[in-house]
Amino acid sequence: MATAATPALDLERLRRDFPILSQRVRGKALIYLDNAATSQKPRPVIEAVSRFYASENANIHRGVHYLSEQATVAYDAVRDHVARFVNAASPSEIVFTRGTTEGINLVAQSWARSQLRPGDEILITEMEHHSNIVPWHLVAGQTGASVRAVPLTDVGELDLAAFDRLLTDRTRILAVTHVSNALGTINPVRWMVARARERGVVTVVDGAQSAPHLPVDVQGLGCDFFAFSGHKVFGPTGVGVLYGRAELLEAMPPWQGGGDMIETVTLERSTYAHPPARFEAGTPMIAEVIGLGAALDYVERVGHGAIGAWEEELLGYATERVRALEGVRLIGTAREKAAVLSFVVEGIHPHDVGAVLDDDGIAIRAGHHCAQPVMRRFGVPATARASFAFYNTRDDVDALVRGLQRVRTVFG
Amino acid sequence: MPNLGELYQNVILEHNRSPRNYRAMPDADRQAEGNNPLCGDQVTVFVRMDGDIIDDVSFQGAGCAISRASASLMTGAVKGKTRAETDALFDRFRRLVTGTLADEAPETLGKLAVFSGVSEFPIRVKCASLAWHTLRSALQGGQPQSHAEPGAPTDTNHLKE
Repeated sequence: MATAATPALDLERLRRDFPILSQRVRGKALIYLDNAATSQKPRPVIEAVSRFYASENANIHRGVHYLSEQATVAYDAVRDHVARFVNAASPSEIVFTRGTTEGINLVAQSWARSQLRPGDEILITEMEHHSNIVPWHLVAGQTGASVRAVPLTDVGELDLAAFDRLLTDRTRILAVTHVSNALGTINPVRWMVARARERGVVTVVDGAQSAPHLPVDVQGLGCDFFAFSGHKVFGPTGVGVLYGRAELLEAMPPWQGGGDMIETVTLERSTYAHPPARFEAGTPMIAEVIGLGAALDYVERVGHGAIGAWEEELLGYATERVRALEGVRLIGTAREKAAVLSFVVEGIHPHDVGAVLDDDGIAIRAGHHCAQPVMRRFGVPATARASFAFYNTRDDVDALVRGLQRVRTVFG
Repeated sequence: MPNLGELYQNVILEHNRSPRNYRAMPDADRQAEGNNPLCGDQVTVFVRMDGDIIDDVSFQGAGCAISRASASLMTGAVKGKTRAETDALFDRFRRLVTGTLADEAPETLGKLAVFSGVSEFPIRVKCASLAWHTLRSALQGGQPQSHAEPGAPTDTNHLKE
């Protein structure tokens, strides 16, 4: 998405916004390449959370006093902001959750549990994170529906011919990730959603890995639900977003009961608030929502165009350099990829790769990435994964490559 | 500061490259499978008993250098030992890798002392102890165990008569 009009990032200045990036770990300058697990936080986010607790803290939607009023306004303003960020038709389509996992569980336990019947099918894919598999197993067990999965090709793309075959009259819901956390593959979600909707299938998009890297347009995608996490878009942990199309949210039963989600309560029965309040029982993560607002501000200031262009360049450079290393095999070489590099080093377990890199101050992830079906598909117990954010540099890639050369020396 | 050389001592690297007793055992009395769900490591331990004595022990599986070398060195350390001796050794090994060996010198653990560096890398304790938990599970035969430590095998053992 690089265009002539896209300004280049001033990396040096941007990196100064992230205090943690100037840390030293194990005596070395930190090189943080675990952004798919969680991203680092810029100063405006840290300050927004800290300022909230220092001078703005109060509960929301239930006080007549000054602080409560201010907190309520700030909290609801972030909802408006998120609606613009994902291009929702209305802020009432934005439900705050604890994260992507909770968003998907909400859809499974509210929409799917009340709608699915024995014989119905839930269609997922082989590249899903466990958080977009297990909630469907749970609701399948509760309703008698079954879970089917679109297989992967050898390069780590979805087999779209198989997708077409698996999308049948029995399919009620399609749950697919926008970007694979283990492989980096960007899926043709807009096309898949369109195919599904032709058949009246409800669609859920896991946006945990896409929201930090790509512009999100839920109306453009045409999906019914879209979930993402605050901590992966440079915001706090413990907050996430579920977008749901108004018509569906309006018809869905609550999934948790408590304060803030009701209209009236007697000892015999309760009536429920309209969305989104219906799905936000109890005191929410107010400080984290405020922090999320600051994070979205920050991302918008940096600009999705510039972020996308730089990450694409980084991925290209990293792919070329890592691929050239002897004994290194890339896992996931899709044509459309986000800045994630999964790989195995011949004869050396990913944990050992990670431990040697860690000794050089380089943080990567080693393991199954909560995507065991992907590991099984590629016949490996685990992979090493370097995942990039816009604040990473070519020097970071060079350090990774030097680290991998050292791995071969240690275990050679 | 934790030192990578202390973690990956030469003996460990050597056992990782050429693990001892890495084989299935068709005439095993008992076997158990251990999994570490956090990292996907998997090990199967096979045991043949002669009365109360471990007559033969072997393993197979996929894991990091620490878990593989630990399984390899474990098989060498427990062969010919009774259950009680094996339990006692595991207890001391666990204290070695968690850095709670108190005044005992690591050398009293023989070759297993090469795992002393693990205590500086808490996340690797589960790698070093996976094979031991799995062995104990095999020896205890049939009773599912609950372990306080991370990295304990999740599967119950399978008695083969």
